[in-house]
Amino acid sequence: MVSDLTSIAALAPAYPELALLAGAIVLLMVGVFDRTGAPRLVLGVSIGLLAAVALFVALWPGEGAVFNGAFIQDGFARFMKVLVLTGSALALVLSMSAGKEHALNKFEYPVLVLLASLGMMLMVSAADLISLYVGLELQSLALYVVAAIKRDSNRATEAGLKYFVLGALSSGMLLYGASLVYGFTGHTQFSEITRIVAEGGGSLGLTFGLVFLVAGLAFKISAVPFHMWTPDVYEGAPTPVTAFFAAAPKVAAMALFIRLTYATFEPIAGEWRQIVIFLSIASMGLAAFAAIGQSNVKRLIAYSSIGHVGFALVGLSAGTEVGVQGVAIYMAIYMVMTIGLFACVLSLRSENAYVEQIAEMAGLSRSQPFVAGLMALFLFSLIGLPPLAGFFAKWHVFLAAIDAKLYVLAVIGVLMSAVSAFYYLKIVRVMYFDEPTRTFEAAPGELRLVIAVTGILVASYYLTVGSWLTPLAGGAAGSLF
Amino acid sequence: MLIAHNILTIITFLPLVGALFVLAVPGNDDVSKTNMRRIALATALITFIFSLVLWVLFDPSDPGFQFVQNHEWIGDVIGYRMGVDGISVLFIVLTAMLLPVCIIASWDPIDSRVREYLVSFLALETMMIGVFASLDLAVFFVFFEGGLIPMFLIIGIWGGRRRVQASYKFFFYTFTGSILMFLAIMAMYWYAGTLDIARLLTVKFPPEMQFWLWLAFFASFAVKLPMWPFHRWLPEAHVEAPTAGSVILAAILLKMGGYGFLRFSLPMFPDASAFFAPFVFFLSICAILVTSLVALVQEDMKKLIAYSSVAHMGFVTMGIFAANQLGVQGAIFQMISHGIVSAALFLCVGVVYDRTHSREIAAYGGLVNRMPQYAFAFMVFTLANVGLPGTSGFVGEFLTLIGIFQVNTWVAVAAAIGVILSAAYALWLYRRVIFGLLEKENLKSILDLNRKESVVLVPLVVLTILFGLYPAPILDATAASVGALVDQYTAALGTGAVDVAGL
Repeated sequence: MVSDLTSIAALAPAYPELALLAGAIVLLMVGVFDRTGAPRLVLGVSIGLLAAVALFVALWPGEGAVFNGAFIQDGFARFMKVLVLTGSALALVLSMSAGKEHALNKFEYPVLVLLASLGMMLMVSAADLISLYVGLELQSLALYVVAAIKRDSNRATEAGLKYFVLGALSSGMLLYGASLVYGFTGHTQFSEITRIVAEGGGSLGLTFGLVFLVAGLAFKISAVPFHMWTPDVYEGAPTPVTAFFAAAPKVAAMALFIRLTYATFEPIAGEWRQIVIFLSIASMGLAAFAAIGQSNVKRLIAYSSIGHVGFALVGLSAGTEVGVQGVAIYMAIYMVMTIGLFACVLSLRSENAYVEQIAEMAGLSRSQPFVAGLMALFLFSLIGLPPLAGFFAKWHVFLAAIDAKLYVLAVIGVLMSAVSAFYYLKIVRVMYFDEPTRTFEAAPGELRLVIAVTGILVASYYLTVGSWLTPLAGGAAGSLF
Repeated sequence: MLIAHNILTIITFLPLVGALFVLAVPGNDDVSKTNMRRIALATALITFIFSLVLWVLFDPSDPGFQFVQNHEWIGDVIGYRMGVDGISVLFIVLTAMLLPVCIIASWDPIDSRVREYLVSFLALETMMIGVFASLDLAVFFVFFEGGLIPMFLIIGIWGGRRRVQASYKFFFYTFTGSILMFLAIMAMYWYAGTLDIARLLTVKFPPEMQFWLWLAFFASFAVKLPMWPFHRWLPEAHVEAPTAGSVILAAILLKMGGYGFLRFSLPMFPDASAFFAPFVFFLSICAILVTSLVALVQEDMKKLIAYSSVAHMGFVTMGIFAANQLGVQGAIFQMISHGIVSAALFLCVGVVYDRTHSREIAAYGGLVNRMPQYAFAFMVFTLANVGLPGTSGFVGEFLTLIGIFQVNTWVAVAAAIGVILSAAYALWLYRRVIFGLLEKENLKSILDLNRKESVVLVPLVVLTILFGLYPAPILDATAASVGALVDQYTAALGTGAVDVAGL
C-alpha cells in the first residue's frame, strides 16, 4: 500500500496531535534535564499547550483523513477533541494547589496527562481498528501510571493496580472483539467494515465481535456491569487525578463509542442498540441506588459518573442524529459540571487536610458561602433541575429517546434521575441544613476562578451558552451521517 | 414602546437582577443586612409597579396573547417566548404583590443568613412569574421546576424543627410528579413540531395520545395543586416553612397547578379532559370533604390552614373541569382570592408565632383582649376563608358551585356540604385562639400589631373586602380569555371522547 504522506502539508488534519506530541516530548526533556524548578514550569506550559491546541482545533478547520484512512478529522472529532483538551487543561489547573499533598508536584504528572490527552485525541479520530487500539492503549497506559502516582499511599497504589488489571482485561476483550470483526469482514478500516456489513448483513461472528468491542468500551466509559473499578479508583487516586479521570477520558471513550456504533456498525443498529439500552438502564439504576449509601464524596461522585454515563447512553440508544447531538451536548455539560464540582471538593480544606467525608462538610455554607453555594449549584445541576445546564443535557438525550419511541427507557431514566436526586441532596443538606462542626480554609485563587467560571456557565446556560452550543453539537453530529 | 414590548421580560428577570445586587452587598453585619433587605424590598416593589403597569396596559377584550415576544433560541426546539392572556395576567400581579409582603414580613424574624434568604426569594419570584409569562412549553417547565431549588432551601434552612424531612418531602413529591410531564412535553414536540404554546393550542392531538399526555400532566399538576390524595407533602411543608415561605407556597406555588390545568390539560387535551372529568370531580369532592374533616382535628394552626388550602383547591379543580364560563372564571377567582386570604392567614399565624414561638392552638386564647386590631384582621380573613358573602372567598366558591351545578348536581351538593365544614373548622379555630379568657401567662403582656405587620395586613384586608363587594376587576380581565377557552373546548369535544373511553 502506498502511503498518502507525500508532504508535511498532507498531515494537516493531524497537526494538533503532532503539536501535542512535540510539546510533550520537549516538556519531558525539560523535566529530566532541569530537576530543580521544573515541575511548576512544566505544569504551566502544559496547561498553556493544552489550551492552545484546544483553540487550534476549534478554530482551524483542517478536516480530512490521513494515514491511509486510519485517522480522520471531522466536525464530530473536533467537537469532542475540544472537550477532551479543555477537560485535561482544567484538570491540570485543579492540581496546581494540591501538588504537594497529593504528590503531583512532579514533572511527570503533566507530561503523562499530555500523553493521555494525545491518546484520547487519537481515540476520537480513530477510523481503523488498529489506530483505535493504539490510541486507547496510549491513553490507558498513561492513566494507569497517573492513578498510582502517589507512590507512598497504599490506597493510590491499590487504585492504580486495580485499574491496571481490570483495564488490561477490558483491552483484551476489545482486542479479541476487533480480531473477530477483522476475521469476519476482512478489513480493519471502519468505512470498509461498514460497506461489508451493509452488503452482506451481519453474521453471527461479527455480532460476537461487536459485543466484545462494546464490552471493552463499556469498561472505559464505566457503564454497568463493567463499572466495578470506578468507585475504588476514584476514591484511591489523588483528587485532581480523579477530576481528570472523570472529565476527559470519559468524553473520549464516549466519542469512540459513538463512532464505532453509529458510523461503523450503523447497518446492524438493531444488534447494538439492545446492548446500549441494557447498559443504559443498568447504569442509571445501579448508580442511583448504590450512591445513596456512600459517605465519601469521591465514591459518591464515582457512582454519579456511572449514572451520568447511563443518561448519556439514553441518547445513544436512539440511534439517530438527534441522539448523537444529545450525547455531544451531554458530555460537554457533564465535563463542565464535573470540573466545577471537583474544584469545589478540592477547596474543602480544614485543619490542613482535605475533607472527603460528606458528614464532615457540615455547615460549610457558614464559613465558605461561595464554595458551598456553587457546589450546591453543581449538585442541583447534576440532578438535572432547570434552569441549570444539567437539565438541558438531560433534555437533549431524552428528546432523542422519545423521538425513537423508547418510552420505557425514558420513563425508567427519569425515575432514576428522581432517585439520584436523593444522594445529591444529601450533600446539600449537610452543607446547608446542618450546624457547623469545623471551619474551612479559604480556597486558593485559581480554584475560585475555575468554580466561578464553570458556575456561571452552568447557571446561565439557557441565556448564554445554550443558543450556540446546540447548533455546534448538531453540526458535529451531522458530520457522522 | 420599548417598555411595553419587553414588559414581561422586565418583570420576569428584574428580581434576578435584584438578587445579584443583594449578592454584591459586602459584609454580614447588621447594617449590611438592612441594606440587603432594602435592596430586595425595592426590587420587589419596582417589579410590583411594573406588574400593575402590565395590568393597566392589558386589553381585557382581547382573548388572545398580548405583549408577545417570540424567538427561536436553543436549536429549533426551545424558544424564548413570552406573552400573557386573561388567564395568566392576574397571577403575575398576585405574585408581584405578595413578594414585598413576604420581604416585609421576614424583616425582623429572619436574622440568620439574610443574604441567602433574600436571594432565594427573589430567584423564586423570577421562577414563579416566568411560569405564568412563558409561552414556550419547555421554558414553562424550566420555570415550573426551577422554583423547587429556592423553595427547598427556604424550607430546609429557615424552617422549623422537622425542616429536613419537610423539605425532602416537598422536593420529592413535586419532582417525581413533574418528571413524567418532562417526557410528555417531548412527545408533544415530536407530534406537533413546536413547543410554542400559542401554536400548540391549535394542534389536535389524537385521543389515545391525549389520554397519556393528560395523565402525565395530571401527575405534575395534581401534586403541585395539590389534589387529594397527593397532598401529603403540603401540611408538613407549610408547618415547617418560615412564615414567608408558607405564604408563597399557599398563595402562588399551589396556583401553578391550577394554572397548568387551565393552560394545558383543558384546551390541549379536551377529549381526555372530558373523559377524566368525573374522576377529577370525585377527587375534588374527596378533597373538599375529607380534608375539611381532617382540618377539624388539627392542633397546629398552620396545619389547619394547610388542610383548608387543600379543600379550597378542591373547588378550583371542580370549577376548572366543569369547563363552562362560570366554573372556570370562578376557579380563577377562587385562586386569586385564596392567594390573598391564605397568604394573610399564614401571616396572621406568623404574627403570634413571632411573639410566643408556638403554633399550637391550645397555647392561645383570649387574644382579643390584648390584640383588638389583630383580632379584627384575623376575623376578616377567617370569614373570607369560610366564604362569607361580602368577602372575596364567597365569589369564587359561589361561581364554581353554579358552574358545577350545571354539569353535575350531586357534586354541587357535596361541595356545598364542604362549605359548611369549612365554616366549622375556621370559626372554631378563631374561637379558640381569639375568644375565651386570657389565661395563659405569656399572653398577658402580648402586644398588638406593630407598624410593619399593619403595613402588610391592611392592604390584604382591603383587597379581601374590595374583591368581595366589587369582583369586576378580576372577572373582567379573565372573561374574554376564559370565553375563548370554553368555546374552543366545547368545539373540540366531538366524537373524541368516545374514542378515549373506548380504550
